Amino acid sequence: MTAAIETVALKKVFGQTTAVDAIDLQVARGTVYGLLGPNGAGKTTTIKVLTTLLRPDGGSARVLGHDVVRESAAVRAKVSLTGQFASIDEDLTGHENLVLVARLFGFAWREARARATDLLDAFALADAGGRQVRTYSGGMRRKLDIAASLIVTPELLFLDEPTTGLDPRSRNQVWDIVRAIAGEGTTVLLTTQYLEEADRLSNRLAVIDRGKLIAEGTSRELKASVGGNTLHVRLESADQRASAETLLASALGATVTNGVDAQVLSAQIADATRVPDAMSALARNGVGVHEFSLGQPSLDEVFFALTGHAAEASDTEVVS
Amino acid sequence: MSVSAAPTDTLHRVLTAERRPPTPSALSATFTLGWRAALKIKHVPFQLFDVTAFPLMMTLMFTFLFGGALAGSTRAYIQFLLPGIVVQAIVFITVYTGVGLNSDITKGLYDRFRSLPIWQPAPIAGALLGDVMRYSIAGVMVIALGTILGFRPQAGWFGVLLAVALIILFALSVSWIWIVVGMLVKSPESVMTSSFLLLFPLTMVSNIFVDPATMPGWLQAVVRVNPVTHLVDASRGLMHGGLRLASVGWVLLASAVVVAIFAPLAMRMYRKER
Ligand SMILES: Nc1ncnc2c1ncn2[C@@H]1O[C@H](COP(=O)(O)OP(=O)(O)O)[C@@H](O)[C@H]1O
Ligand SMILES: [Mg+2]
Repeated sequence: MTAAIETVALKKVFGQTTAVDAIDLQVARGTVYGLLGPNGAGKTTTIKVLTTLLRPDGGSARVLGHDVVRESAAVRAKVSLTGQFASIDEDLTGHENLVLVARLFGFAWREARARATDLLDAFALADAGGRQVRTYSGGMRRKLDIAASLIVTPELLFLDEPTTGLDPRSRNQVWDIVRAIAGEGTTVLLTTQYLEEADRLSNRLAVIDRGKLIAEGTSRELKASVGGNTLHVRLESADQRASAETLLASALGATVTNGVDAQVLSAQIADATRVPDAMSALARNGVGVHEFSLGQPSLDEVFFALTGHAAEASDTEVVS
Repeated sequence: MSVSAAPTDTLHRVLTAERRPPTPSALSATFTLGWRAALKIKHVPFQLFDVTAFPLMMTLMFTFLFGGALAGSTRAYIQFLLPGIVVQAIVFITVYTGVGLNSDITKGLYDRFRSLPIWQPAPIAGALLGDVMRYSIAGVMVIALGTILGFRPQAGWFGVLLAVALIILFALSVSWIWIVVGMLVKSPESVMTSSFLLLFPLTMVSNIFVDPATMPGWLQAVVRVNPVTHLVDASRGLMHGGLRLASVGWVLLASAVVVAIFAPLAMRMYRKER
């Protein structure tokens, strides 16, 4: 069976900006794939090319076996897109919005109304179905928008930043919905600026930055690629940080970095067997350790290691 | 998560309801989008009053302030004025075609439509269908007010119907201009602003309010090439008798030229990626 998505050196240029710069992607069917990157990284542009809304300027892309340029109608018939900004009509009610999309898929009026009612039920929006969408909260809009993408169960669903701007409760609801959709066998490609979201929802993920794919794999692989484990040490007192830093650095043979929290030190270590020695060195020299942990680096650390800048820092590059 | 846990069963049922209807015909998709336009008129009727308010105000003001001076009596003046006011009212609301299209684009609704397996021009065709409804409602509103003020069509109501049909035809051609503008500019507000540059001169420098015979020669020349002047002539002729077929011919020609220029342009821009 062909891959759900396969791109080779995909490229899209807007004037001076290369929004998508030679991206190679392979997304297996039946998986949740995360496209992770800060604002302006090229996530939306990639999705628009894959959903045939934009023509690529170079390279090629096949979606469910169809070329996005030559067989765009076939692609459109099999995929669904929930765009970054809710693509629903604010003036219409929730129910009318779903009937509209169902009619455009070819359902007869009666079936379209039944489908709309079922979807509103499934998304816990039944009570709001008769209200104009302009009265909906952000979470409700997002759910309605996703519901509109499921009028006909797609083989591949694109979700562009499905939880950006949502409160934690709505975010959890959307996560549950995404898991349920994937559980039924639909392939999902989602983009996000949130490392936690990519980590939790996706089987594999790609990190993109300024149009370029900078890393690809499972989140475990990505973490491993940054280099071994991370040791976090929380001291009893921030006063001892300097001596602790020296002791740890010599015992571990690694660079020790200071966290934002003055009591916390962390170090990337290649060899975990030296950790016990390091800890006893601290104890021998009277440095009180409140707690310590040895684990894989967080995706935040991964992102920083890969790009040299923090993931959420580039919010200044607002997309028009 | 109490709320999200509940609908999982329904969600499962909804997702596994394996049914993909055949893609809708061009006509069906167009009518569905026309239905959407009708719903918008129902839910946001203000949009209609918003634009017809101005012509209605003009009707009242001109009739009572200048009616006596311009035509001897208010009653005589409303017979002269009303056909032109219907033209003005309907031509004014053509801008909402562009405003609506632009807000659909900026809100991402067009991306959804374009990603559906429908006849691609359907959203535009559906919008034009909605326009016919809006133009008709506006026409009825203005004519109703005119009738209250004493408007009596000498050629009968069938003539009025024909006049409104001709006006709507012309308005649909003007709509194409706003479709192009709606795709070019950044926000619905800028569509609105740009409209005044075209619509005010088009309706003011015409024969709607006064007989051009009283104007200086150079202005008369401008008024005479304005297609709105011919449309008003034709409408007066259809409503009160004395129709000159040449004026209908000019209106049809002007509409055809506008459509021939702007429709292909609009369709090209629409198909093209944004
Ligand atoms: N229509 C457009 N015209 C010009 N530049 C664009 C357009 N769309 C996106 N861009 C630029 O392309 C880059 C990638 O944008 P986008 O794909 O929207 O990023 P993301 O979705 O990851 O935030 C940005 O620099 C953005 O400004
Ligand atoms: Mg984006």
